[in-house]
Amino acid sequence: MQHGRYRFIVGFLAAPVLLYVVFVISPYVQAFYIALTNWKGVSANPQFIGLENFSRLLDDEVFWAAVRHHGVLLLVMPLVTIVIALFFSFLLNLSGGQKGGRMSGIWGSKVYRVIFFLPQVLAVAIVGVLFQTIYRPDETGVINGLLGKVGIDPVGWLIDPDIALLAIIGVMVWQAVGFYVVLFSAGMSSIPKDVFEAAALDGAGRYTLFFKITLPLLWDTMQVAWVYLGIAAFDAFALVQVLSVDRGGPDNSTTVLPLEIWRTAFNFSKFGYASAMGVALFFMTITFAALTLRVTRRERIEF
Amino acid sequence: MSNSVGMPGDITRRQMLRRIGLTALVAGPGAGLLSACATGGGSGTAATTSAAPSAGGAISAANPFGVAADAPLEVVIFKGGLGDSYATEVHEPLYKKAFPKATVKHVATQQIAQTLQPRFAGGDVPDMIANSGTDLMDNGALQQEGQLLELTELWDAPSIDDPAKKVRDTVAPGTVESGLIDGKPYLMNYVFSAYGLWYDSALFEKNGWTPPKTFEEFKAFCEKAKAAGITPFAYAGKNASYYAYWMILISAAKIEGNQLLVDIDNLADGVWKRDSVKQSAAAWAEIGKYMDKSFEGLIHTDVQTRQNQGKIALYPSGSWLENEQKSQTPKEFKYALTPTPSVTAADKLPFEAIRAAAGEAYIVPAKAKNPKGGLEYLRIMLSREGARGFTEKSGNITVVTGAADGLDLSPGNASLSAAQTAAGSNIVTRSDFENWYKELETDLRKHTNALMFGRISADEFCEKMQKAADKTKADSSITKQNRTV
Repeated sequence: MQHGRYRFIVGFLAAPVLLYVVFVISPYVQAFYIALTNWKGVSANPQFIGLENFSRLLDDEVFWAAVRHHGVLLLVMPLVTIVIALFFSFLLNLSGGQKGGRMSGIWGSKVYRVIFFLPQVLAVAIVGVLFQTIYRPDETGVINGLLGKVGIDPVGWLIDPDIALLAIIGVMVWQAVGFYVVLFSAGMSSIPKDVFEAAALDGAGRYTLFFKITLPLLWDTMQVAWVYLGIAAFDAFALVQVLSVDRGGPDNSTTVLPLEIWRTAFNFSKFGYASAMGVALFFMTITFAALTLRVTRRERIEF
Repeated sequence: MSNSVGMPGDITRRQMLRRIGLTALVAGPGAGLLSACATGGGSGTAATTSAAPSAGGAISAANPFGVAADAPLEVVIFKGGLGDSYATEVHEPLYKKAFPKATVKHVATQQIAQTLQPRFAGGDVPDMIANSGTDLMDNGALQQEGQLLELTELWDAPSIDDPAKKVRDTVAPGTVESGLIDGKPYLMNYVFSAYGLWYDSALFEKNGWTPPKTFEEFKAFCEKAKAAGITPFAYAGKNASYYAYWMILISAAKIEGNQLLVDIDNLADGVWKRDSVKQSAAAWAEIGKYMDKSFEGLIHTDVQTRQNQGKIALYPSGSWLENEQKSQTPKEFKYALTPTPSVTAADKLPFEAIRAAAGEAYIVPAKAKNPKGGLEYLRIMLSREGARGFTEKSGNITVVTGAADGLDLSPGNASLSAAQTAAGSNIVTRSDFENWYKELETDLRKHTNALMFGRISADEFCEKMQKAADKTKADSSITKQNRTV
């Protein structure tokens, strides 16, 4: 019967693996090759130029600005998102105390769950257009209109080079929180009730429950969240494209690698150089994911 | 610059993904021969071309290119500020009238590059393209890759209206030259535009203002407008900073003469640090101080609408502006054009000089299935009937001399025509680097915003631009172009 089982497994795996190879692996491999050429994207005769594109990257000011921004994104975006999402999901699931032997959330938690998740179902382009209006730099913007009512001068959310990137991070956090609330809620509901009961009997308050019980038992989920958010921090293309001044400005203060790759390929017709940036991005993402999984590895607690 | 009529090319993530998907498909996924497939299609193209039905028609006076009468024609039009009804309602019917057996396929898009890049890579190209908009394809790159058909044949062909005349003699001086790449004509620049400061002549009349002729007058005017609660000058930093750098370049060219623009295009050493550029940048930076910081975060339509509402006095733009704003403009608003003020008393060109240029490039791909049909389509566009129809549908004047005569012109076009007469031969020429060196252009946009919104000084602006120009010059992967006039 062994033979039949393999055929069964192969039958199921063949289609997805083929699709994956065709649409994911093969473009990646081709990008590695194109990165070593000076292909302009419109002809069939790219010249092999070795590592020239990569040495060019080393003193490309805009490239390094983008890399720095990914650094900021990586530090700020996942951290803020996870803290907010943890806080909300704790409120929604566990902070209401015990009811009939079960932990419950605060009053109205079902409604909040829907509200938190709402931004997640909006297409990122819609979010971008929405925040264009919210962040508009004069008093016709939503935030600046409100600030104006209390006598504060309009803030140039997206036009001040010092805060433009943070403003865009704000949008990313706003959009991501809902998903991670749901993810953490699922994680929390899988924690056995008797652990909480026992802790509560021993007189643990909400604070102790959260830091001593919930958080450690949620470690695996948080690790996943961190990797997901980190990878999202290497993207940010659409929001920067829609929101920032002149796509990545002012003065390169919001530019990100996917945007520069797009610009280099489609505006400057340097597909080879753009692919080299893509390869660099690929290694950054891989390194980040591997590092995160390795550094945050802890002993798994079996319930 | 041909970007001008463009709408801001917002691209969604989905389109991006789709495009990446398309590229992957074109690239021939899964095949073993990576080098062949990644950039594939080149060799297939030749086969497609020879297999096309256009075996060629007989050459005659009425059909100078020998278009096959039954060959289908595919036309791709950038549907931006000019719309596309000029193609569907004027040029395409004219083509069908000439070749009743041919089918004409019309494709309208706002994103030329996204639509066509995969098709170029795959060898399935249309026969005529209006290559415009924010997301236009890089003509220089297309030409280098042998994807553009040379248009000498078109310019030397007899005009439809007067077979005794060549097409090149029926268009405004400089039109053919504006479409040169590497010394040969590849682009048919169709729209005649002038660049300068646009204002509402009704508003100026009401306030007793006259457009400033020098920068001293300009500053005095700014104070007056400010006192009246009107922003004296503004542009949209978010997506139209090139409107502002046009003004800087025009002023610099007025100081030093057109040679400056030629030298900038030729990446002459130290050209951005010349006194003319410095003086012009400093003068415009002074004007930028009257502009609220928030304009950097607005897009061109926001700012243009505010001008229509009487909140902005002078707006830098080109002659497509009136048409672009048609639906927003109140009845009493009368668009008028004034040249950029003189910076010094010793300017080489007088105040009346305007930058006028043929813009909006139309191209015929070299590997099209029906390139002769593409050429004939361009010849039809350059006929009197084609040009008049274009002016009627799009509200823009074409390069075809006198084609708009007798048409009832709008206030903006009438003002344009008056400014043209006043300027006479004092015409500030085009800037080719905008199309030749996209990276330099991107840097110029960036630094223009920084200059006009007060983050850098005129000296720093010149310094940074010189560095960007030097970088372009030293970049071996960018093919250098040259212009003499």
